[in-house]
Amino acid sequence: MTLRIPRRGMAQVLALIIILMIDRLVSPQFFNLHLQDGRLFGSVIDVLNRGTPVALLSLGMVLVIATGGIDLSVGAVMAIAGATAASLADTHSLPVVIASALAVGLACGLWNGILVAVLRIQPIVATLILMVAGRGIAQLITEGRIVTFTSPDLVWMGNGAVLGLPTPVVIALGMLLLTAAVVRGTALGLLIEATGGNARASELSGVGTRAMILSVYIWCGLCASLAGVIAAADIMGADANNAGLWLELDAILAVVIGGTSLFGGRFSLVLAVAGALIIQAMNTGILLSGYPPELNLLVKAVVVLAVLLAQSPRLGDLSRFTARWRRTKP
Amino acid sequence: MTLKALFAASATAALLLATSASAAELTVGFSQIGSESGWRAAETSVSKSEAAKRKINLKIADAQQKQENQIKAIRSFIAQNVDAIFLAPVVASGWDAVLKEAKEAKIPVVLLDRDIDPSGKDLYLTAVTSDSVHEGAVAGEWLAKTVAGKDCNVVELQGTVGASVATNRKKGFDSVVAKNANLKVVRSQTGDFTRAKGKEVMESFIKAENGGKSICAVYAHNDDMMVGAIQAMKEAGLKPGKDILTVSIDAVPDIFKAIAAGEANATVELTPNMAGPAFDAIVAFKEKGTVPPKWIQTESKLYTSADEPMKVYDSKKGLGY
Repeated sequence: MTLRIPRRGMAQVLALIIILMIDRLVSPQFFNLHLQDGRLFGSVIDVLNRGTPVALLSLGMVLVIATGGIDLSVGAVMAIAGATAASLADTHSLPVVIASALAVGLACGLWNGILVAVLRIQPIVATLILMVAGRGIAQLITEGRIVTFTSPDLVWMGNGAVLGLPTPVVIALGMLLLTAAVVRGTALGLLIEATGGNARASELSGVGTRAMILSVYIWCGLCASLAGVIAAADIMGADANNAGLWLELDAILAVVIGGTSLFGGRFSLVLAVAGALIIQAMNTGILLSGYPPELNLLVKAVVVLAVLLAQSPRLGDLSRFTARWRRTKP
Repeated sequence: MTLKALFAASATAALLLATSASAAELTVGFSQIGSESGWRAAETSVSKSEAAKRKINLKIADAQQKQENQIKAIRSFIAQNVDAIFLAPVVASGWDAVLKEAKEAKIPVVLLDRDIDPSGKDLYLTAVTSDSVHEGAVAGEWLAKTVAGKDCNVVELQGTVGASVATNRKKGFDSVVAKNANLKVVRSQTGDFTRAKGKEVMESFIKAENGGKSICAVYAHNDDMMVGAIQAMKEAGLKPGKDILTVSIDAVPDIFKAIAAGEANATVELTPNMAGPAFDAIVAFKEKGTVPPKWIQTESKLYTSADEPMKVYDSKKGLGY
C-alpha cells in the first residue's frame, strides 16, 4: 500500500476530527450543548475555552518560530501579566488593568527581542533568562501568595460570555483574525518567512530582518500577557507559582503539530491554533475518560507521536520503500 | 517582712531572671526550604512569632529549594554554635554527613514538616510533622458522618501524581471509604494542587456525571483545587456546599471565605505551626534533659461553618498564605 502524503493541513484537521470522535466514544454526552446563565455549556465549549491560553500563546509563538527563533518565556510572561492584572483589578478600571498587563507583556517581548535581534544571543538562551527570572518577578509582584480579586469586569474576561460563547474564546478568535489580517493581509508574513528561511539572503535583498525579529518577539509577549490576563480572570486570582507553568512547551508543541518547522520559514496561524485545539481536545478527553491520572502523560505522548508521524514526509517514503521491498521479494 | 521571706522572694526572682535569661540566650538556626507556596510562607512567619513568644533568637536561612544551600546553612549554624537547628528538608536523602557534623558539635537537630530517610534516624532529636494519611482519614470521616449512611458518589481531585502528600491523602480517605459501603469514589483525577487545574478537572467531572446531578460530594487533596472546583460548580448552575458537599485539606484563608459564604463545607488543617512544638521540645531538652519522642504529630483539626470561619480567616490572612 502506498501512503499518500496528505495536502497541507489535512493531517491536522483529520487528527482533530479523530480525537473528537474518540472523545465522543469515551464520553457519550461530549457534543451535548445547553445554555447555562446565558453561556453555552458542554464539553466542546470546554475544549475551546480551556484551549484559549495555549491558542493565544501559539499565535505569538508561531511567528517567532517562523523566524527560526523560539520563545521559552511565554509561560513566565503569563504569570507576570496575570499578577499585574490581579494586583490592579480591584482598584483600577478594566482598560487600565488590561493596558498595564499588555504593557508588561510588551516590555517582556521587547527585552527578548533586543537580546535576540540586537545582541544576537541565541533565542533559546535569550528567552531562557526571562523564563527563569520571570516567575520570580511574578512572585515579587504577588509576594508569593495567590492574589485574588472580585472586580466583575476582569472576571468577565475569564468567565463571561459574548453571544453565548465564553469571552476567552471570542478574544482568541479576535486575536487570530487580527494576527492573520496583519501578517497575511500585508507582505509582513512573507517577510517573516523570508527572515526564517535565510536571514542573510533576506537582509541582502532589503528585508529589515532585525525589525522583523524584534517585532515577532514583541507580538509574542503581547499574546502571552493576554493569555495571562485570561488565566488569572478564569480563577479570579493570580497564582505566580503555577500560572502558565510549562505552557511554553504546549505552545511550541501546538506550533509543531500545526506543521511549522522549528528551523523557521513557512508557517500557518490557523494550523497552530488547530494544534492547540488538538492538545486540548486530548486533555479534555483524558479528563472525561476516567482513566487513572498516572496514564495522562502516556496517553498524551502516544497521541502526539501519532499526529507527528502522520505528518512525516519520510513515513510516506518508508511505506513506498517497504512496498517495493515486498514486490522484489521472491 | 522577715529576712527569710525576703531571701526566698529574691531567690525566686533570681531564678526567674535566670530562666528567662537562659531562654533569651537560646539561639535556634532554621534552614527553611524556600517560599514556594503560601503555606511555606505562613510556616516561616508563624515560626518567627512562636520564637518571639518564647524569647528565642531565631535565625532563618532560606534555601531556595536547594539541598546544597541547606547543607551550607546547617554548617554555618554549627560554626556559629547555635543551641539547636531546625531543618525543613527539601529532599529525604543525603543528610547523613552534615547531620553527623551537627551531632559531633552536640547540637540537636529537629526536622520540621518533612521526614528524612530511615538511615539517619539517630542523627536527629525529633521530627515535627503532620500525618497526611490521617488528614485524608479525617476528611473521609467528616463525610461519612455528614451523609449518615446515605449513598454518596464522591469525586476526588488528587494532588500532583507521585507527590507523597497526594498518595497519603488518598490512602487515608480511601481507608474510610473502604469501611463505609455507602461512600463510593466514582471519579478521581489529578488537579496538580492548583486552582486552574482543579477548576478544569471539576468541569469535566460535572459533564461526565450527568451535569453534576449524580455527584454527592467533592474531596480535594488541597483547598486551592477546591476553590477552583467551587467556581466550576457555580458556573454549571450548581450550588457548592448544598447540591454537592465539599471537603478539602490545608485550611488556607480563602477556603474560610467560601465556608462563610456557604459554598464549602469542611477543611482539615495542615497547621503552619510546626516550630511551636519544636521549640517546646528543645526548651524541655535543654533545661530538663527530656528526650522527646522521635515523632511529634501535629493536630489535623477539622473546620466547618460551626467554627466561625470569618474569624479564622482574619487570623490567617496576615500569615503570608
